[in-house]
Amino acid sequence: MFDPQILIAGVLNGLLAGGIYVLVAVGLTLIYGVLHIINFAHGSLLMLAMYAVFFLWRLSGIDPYLALPIVVAGSFVFGYLLYRGLIGRLSHGRDENILLLTLGVSIVIDNAALLFFGGDTQTVEVPYAGDAIEIGAAFLPIPKLISFGAALLICLVLGLFMARTDTGKAIRAVARERQGARLAGIDVEKIFAISYGIGIACLGAAACLLMPTFYVTPQSGYAFVLVAFTTVVLGGMGSFVGAAIGGFLIGVTESLGGLLLGEQLGQIGISLIFILILLFKPTGLFGSKA
Amino acid sequence: MTIVSRRTFLAGSTALASTIGAPAIVGAQTPSVKVGLIHPVTGFVAYNGQQNRLGATMAIEDLNKAGGIKSMGGAKLEALLGDSQSKVEVGVSEVEKMNEAGVAAYIGCFQSPVGIAASQAASKYNTPFLIDVGASDLIVTRGLKNTFRLKPGFGVCVDQGIGALGAMNSAAGGPAKTAVIVHESGEFGTGTAKLLSGKLPTIGIEVKEVIPHDNPTRNFDNIALRIRSLQPDLVMMSNYQNEYVLLARTLYQQKVNLAGFYSLLGGGFNYKFAKEMPDVSQYMMDTNHWFNPKSARAQALKKRVEAGGNLFTYEVYLSYSVVELLADALEHAGSADKEKLLAALTASTYKADMLPYAATKFVNGQNEGGRPATLQVIKGDIKVVGPEDVAELKPVFPKPKFK
Repeated sequence: MFDPQILIAGVLNGLLAGGIYVLVAVGLTLIYGVLHIINFAHGSLLMLAMYAVFFLWRLSGIDPYLALPIVVAGSFVFGYLLYRGLIGRLSHGRDENILLLTLGVSIVIDNAALLFFGGDTQTVEVPYAGDAIEIGAAFLPIPKLISFGAALLICLVLGLFMARTDTGKAIRAVARERQGARLAGIDVEKIFAISYGIGIACLGAAACLLMPTFYVTPQSGYAFVLVAFTTVVLGGMGSFVGAAIGGFLIGVTESLGGLLLGEQLGQIGISLIFILILLFKPTGLFGSKA
Repeated sequence: MTIVSRRTFLAGSTALASTIGAPAIVGAQTPSVKVGLIHPVTGFVAYNGQQNRLGATMAIEDLNKAGGIKSMGGAKLEALLGDSQSKVEVGVSEVEKMNEAGVAAYIGCFQSPVGIAASQAASKYNTPFLIDVGASDLIVTRGLKNTFRLKPGFGVCVDQGIGALGAMNSAAGGPAKTAVIVHESGEFGTGTAKLLSGKLPTIGIEVKEVIPHDNPTRNFDNIALRIRSLQPDLVMMSNYQNEYVLLARTLYQQKVNLAGFYSLLGGGFNYKFAKEMPDVSQYMMDTNHWFNPKSARAQALKKRVEAGGNLFTYEVYLSYSVVELLADALEHAGSADKEKLLAALTASTYKADMLPYAATKFVNGQNEGGRPATLQVIKGDIKVVGPEDVAELKPVFPKPKFK
């Protein structure tokens, strides 16, 4: 059996990994909560944001963390325009059309990335990449600790934005009752676009926090998107709190599963959670009934 | 009287023109030999496939510029480009499509499972299949008469890697007594890990644990944690590019200090890794396919590839050399007839002078003259440290600890 110190280190590693899952899942759950569609372009848009971080660093020497405001703002604008210019316009108000459109957008983005950026593995090298804090058996890299803290902070800011601002309240109103919100004078289409933009901005933040420790290729977004889907189902579709808690739970499950069962079998834990939630609580831990 | 409409007239004229004109055009053209290049230029190993394609198309271009296949009246090689999308079934469907197009031979496929299935499909048509990259020895142990592999398989690479490691360890007074093997869970990584587990004890190194991982793997923190708790002297890796880079980086970030990191056919062990991650890659070692640093032609090709903004990775010069092997066989066969071409390939003595190989000698489709090189990263560059006749430097072993 494992030394308790190793288990504690495994839990800490899982929590640090969970921070990124939370950010990716929060964007996904927001888009689902408001637009009621699964954004199939989520992985591709994460990849695109990761390339933005990479090129800002490569071409202008901007540190990924300092690039956060630029990439988040850029991602929001990109997401907003993508919805306004393409998804919203071509969907004709039908959810299934939006679903197919996001799938199409993802195929175009993936192949365009391959064409323009190549298939090579790109990484960002920062001087603090090798710095770490030693806690017992755990060696916690500074970039991952920063990611963890920043992910929590971003979730908090997003939560406050949704609770305190007029736009946040409008988003919640549209998510709750689309027709009612329209009758109350809310520009629902604009809120859809803003929500989509915020969802993609979350990916921009995740990209900035990921790049000091991960790599980017045209396929790298998919490594996170499947786990984000599981997180959203676990936490409850459309639930912020659910996505946040779900992300950390998935991170810890994956980490401990990997330690106890081996890296391959460790992934079973995530699938098992997915199946159990669908069987016994299909609305997720914090989801409300449709 | 029949009235001929404009549309009917145009259609009739086109048909007439093609009937009369086509033979004249064909007659004026230089004869060509179609070569099917099947590589994963999209999907999770897209980069490697693109590098294969780069090497193969450069070789075809160079051969055609040099006058084509002289024994066939200067016939040009014509590349048909196929994308396996990193998927077995797509690779097989490319074989079928290219067969319809009349290819004389195939070259591919980077991934062993795709190479195994695609060469099997090509064997139905008795069409030669030349493996440029594909590590699994299953590729050449199925008794297929159409399949040829110029490079050594993982069996030879493991033997040579183990030999080099054993010699290096003995020379250093035996600092490495235990190892952990980390490998990708596909045919390539699993096969290599199995061979390693069997052979490491023969040089006095005990295997403490074998850790497989999926592709892609998001996080190697726990594998690093596991390795630190096992305290081996060596970590031996066998993975594709992305996971190789991520694992190496994680081991550095987690300060996993060992006598050495030694990979076999390390997918990410290349100039870019050495240059862009000098601290992470410093003193890492690999036994892999490599060019002969003493070959002027290889150095010239390296310059050309790098001048084009590309990396001179093993896929480039292996695919380049395999196209040369095919051209050499066509030259000897004097025809693209499949039987004659297969006979010429079987009897080939082509000298891959850009690689550290002896003259080609195929036994059951495997070139017995191929051998890998042992490499080490020194200050952001990759140096050949074995075999001795092509070595640039002596290896640094055991490696100094991370700061």
